[in-house]
Amino acid sequence: MRSKRTSRIPAGVPTLSKKDFESDQDVRWCPGCGDYSILAQTQRIMPELGIPKENIVFISGIGCSSRFPYYMDTYGFHTIHGRAPTIASGVKMANPDLSVWIITGDGDALSIGGNHFIHLMRRNFDVNVLLFNNRIYGLTKGQYSPTSEQGKQTKSTPLGSVDTPFNPISLALASGATFVARSLDRDPNHLRAIIKSAFEHKGTSFIEIYQNCNVFNDGAFFQYTEKDTKADNTVVLEHNEPLVFGTEHDKGIRLNGFQPEVVNTTNGEYSTEDLIVHDQYAENTTLANFLARMSDTTDMPDPIGIFRSVRQSCYEDLVTNQIRTAKELTGDGNLEALLNAGETWTVS
Amino acid sequence: MRKPVEQIEEATILFAGDSGDGSQTIGTQMTETTALVGNDVATLPDYPAEIRAPAGSLAGVSGFQLHFSSEQIHTPGDLCDVLVAMNPAALKVHLNKLKPNGILIVNSDNFARRNLRLAGYEEDPLEDDKLTKYQVFRVELTQLTRKALEATQLSNPEIDRCKNFFALGMILWLYNRPMEYTMKWIKAKFARKPEYVESNILALRAGNIYCEATEQFAVSYDVKPAEFEPGTYRNIEGNMATVLGLVAASHQSGLPLVYGSYPITPASDILHGLAQYRNFGVVTMQMEDEIAAVGVAIGASFSGSLGVTGSSGPGLALKSEAINLAMIAELPLVICNIQRAGPSTGMPTKTEQSDLLQMFYGRNGESPLPIIAPSRPFDCFEAVYEACRIAVKYRTPVIFLSDLYIAMGAEPWKIPQLSELPEIRPDFAVSADTRNGFEPYLRDPETLARPWAKPGTAGLEHRIGGLEKSDVTGHVSYDAENHQRMVEIRAEKVAGIADELPPTEVFGAQEGDILLLGWGGTYGAIRTTAENCIADGLPIGHVHLRHLNPFPKDLADILQRFKKILIPEQNSGQLRQLIRSTYLIDAVGLNKVQGQPFHVFELASKIDEMLKEIGHA
Repeated sequence: MRSKRTSRIPAGVPTLSKKDFESDQDVRWCPGCGDYSILAQTQRIMPELGIPKENIVFISGIGCSSRFPYYMDTYGFHTIHGRAPTIASGVKMANPDLSVWIITGDGDALSIGGNHFIHLMRRNFDVNVLLFNNRIYGLTKGQYSPTSEQGKQTKSTPLGSVDTPFNPISLALASGATFVARSLDRDPNHLRAIIKSAFEHKGTSFIEIYQNCNVFNDGAFFQYTEKDTKADNTVVLEHNEPLVFGTEHDKGIRLNGFQPEVVNTTNGEYSTEDLIVHDQYAENTTLANFLARMSDTTDMPDPIGIFRSVRQSCYEDLVTNQIRTAKELTGDGNLEALLNAGETWTVS
Repeated sequence: MRKPVEQIEEATILFAGDSGDGSQTIGTQMTETTALVGNDVATLPDYPAEIRAPAGSLAGVSGFQLHFSSEQIHTPGDLCDVLVAMNPAALKVHLNKLKPNGILIVNSDNFARRNLRLAGYEEDPLEDDKLTKYQVFRVELTQLTRKALEATQLSNPEIDRCKNFFALGMILWLYNRPMEYTMKWIKAKFARKPEYVESNILALRAGNIYCEATEQFAVSYDVKPAEFEPGTYRNIEGNMATVLGLVAASHQSGLPLVYGSYPITPASDILHGLAQYRNFGVVTMQMEDEIAAVGVAIGASFSGSLGVTGSSGPGLALKSEAINLAMIAELPLVICNIQRAGPSTGMPTKTEQSDLLQMFYGRNGESPLPIIAPSRPFDCFEAVYEACRIAVKYRTPVIFLSDLYIAMGAEPWKIPQLSELPEIRPDFAVSADTRNGFEPYLRDPETLARPWAKPGTAGLEHRIGGLEKSDVTGHVSYDAENHQRMVEIRAEKVAGIADELPPTEVFGAQEGDILLLGWGGTYGAIRTTAENCIADGLPIGHVHLRHLNPFPKDLADILQRFKKILIPEQNSGQLRQLIRSTYLIDAVGLNKVQGQPFHVFELASKIDEMLKEIGHA
């Protein structure tokens, strides 16, 4: 585990349970919404993080997912559309000891908040971003979003949407994100593990969570989440492991020139030795970028797991160091001296 | 032999040239020296938005006007005694500001045909009779500077960049001012380039010696020190006073300052200034846009810091949604708006007061915010400090509404004692002392402020946001009556600030014919006009509002005591509209939206006109 600044619960203090993280507010998402699972997994994993709950802050923008902070019995701030990263940056800068969690959606983070999203990634504050991607606008009742597939027919695009969607993983990587992962609302164990890894990563951790909107975009991710199709349509990324997938674990991914290719590892032509081996700690982003875009190629599975996890300086630490250095060099600020600085004259 | 020295009360000098000619630099230096020898001084930098407009063009003219006196003064002067024109374009743009028989110093080396054409002169104005009503001094500034610096190793372009100091050397001689302060500044400024220290000092001395040796000027002048209250003084620009006010508020409250900003004229100097003070724990964050800049300030406030953001009108338009969030979340936040001429991008380097109604009403829903305006450069210190105090005490965003004229202008400032600064008490919530646990909207009955509980405080975990709150509990509420109650409480909280405002100062007549009512950067022109009227025995008063929302409680009574209310503003009548609708008074406006401050004579002639209407003998 990497060193975190967030203060820990001292030994001897009773450990918390999921219940301690449930607020007294009624949860008001549509019955069957994927958000319920994400909320439950987050509440379940929080006690395992080992930090006092008063040091945890959830900050959201606007959208269905952004109601999330009201349901967590921690500090929370439900802000304005797209701007959660800016407010979270201020919270973290002002008090680096806090564990800061940004809850956002595909419209909130990538459309109205796109600018803040990319700048948050490059600054590398030690915060965590959970992006609930349902590829639709839910709270405004069903318009297409920046992750909706081209041609999406919605109320606002009766003839089909014409714009090309964002790939959130690619965008995060291109923006310099130091921790990039993908998980699923319908895979609680994986989701909890990824959330925990994100917390343990020092720096901005970005998790794209495929989330089902059963009212406006039902089944958008079923090929990746349902029992009968999941194994053949996703590949779970594990550090230092070859890319193997399929119900029978008999399929692998190799590079044919610069193209990914699915091969059978049991018929003698290829073995796991021939497959791409995942390296989530690679400084170079080539592999992560490749994996992010792999499923653009027909018949390739969609990667789930940690694409990239590298250590870089965090914004708040660099600023804190500047303050410390300035104080060492010139001493703590003396207000009286400051007001009287420069050329002065006295009238008696 | 030294020429006779004539004692005068005051003088106004205007340095003008191309953007790259260094007029701002020597103007600032003349201001520093003048303040240090004890005069009262006021300045008006006036420069184009383009960093380097085409050389010699009218668009590229940059000017710096300073007015100094042995008496208290409030404006940079209407007309000038001396105009230093470094090229024909500067002459063309500024000649109308020179008094008849005023001193005109031109760099005659720059009056070649090309430069004349760029300035739109058909004929050389130095050759025809158009300038006969001035005392014209044709000085080969470029050649003389080159000669003075020929022993240096510098290239001609480098040498030519020193000619502004030659001009300053002349002006220092003309007004009998010492060169030592400027030399000290040059040494510090070019500490890493000793060759520039030498060359600029040489040029400065050469200009000074030139006047001594050539006996060009029949007399030189002296302006005796002005009388100031006892104390220690320094010269200060409005934006720098704002910086110091913010650092002081942070220091005195114990709240670390987090300043979020995005570069914009004329507010950037606040960002630059604060960025120097990491040793005070000051965090400056240059963000990706105006919204992010206010966002980090709100986040910092939520975390228990003093969150401040700064910008100008266009930036404020972008920030308005986030400011509204802080308003409904009832978090302390200070928003500095350094106004410039709008609408849209407008005239970024010119002054205006046209954002007042934007600050009052430029947010969706019912969103009252306190608005505080400084009246002059040094007043920015107190006004922004007051903005911080109110923001913290009432848990509300506060608008600090400055303007370019104040922000860039400079004047002597009596440095306050720390003990004079009002107390700022964060009073964070530390425990949940109600039966129902922590209630984030349970208010202080006196101020109506809600508790400020910062993350990290055990037992006070709570959620806030932009959705309407239930009174006391802060839970999300769509209840009809609750919404009305919350709208009323938020308005009442801001209105209640008026209870603690000191009595309004009425300068001059306490009742009578005309009350001059102003706010912000018009202070100098209005106060000078009022002083002149009072000296003439006219029953005229002046009130300058610092608190624009809420208005002081005694204002209604003061307005009743005068026959006419005149509101001079650098907009089309925004305060007038507010005064008329609030007090049902037929206030009269004098409105100037030219990007230039009022002249005293403009106000005086309006007053004459109104006095005639009243039938004042």
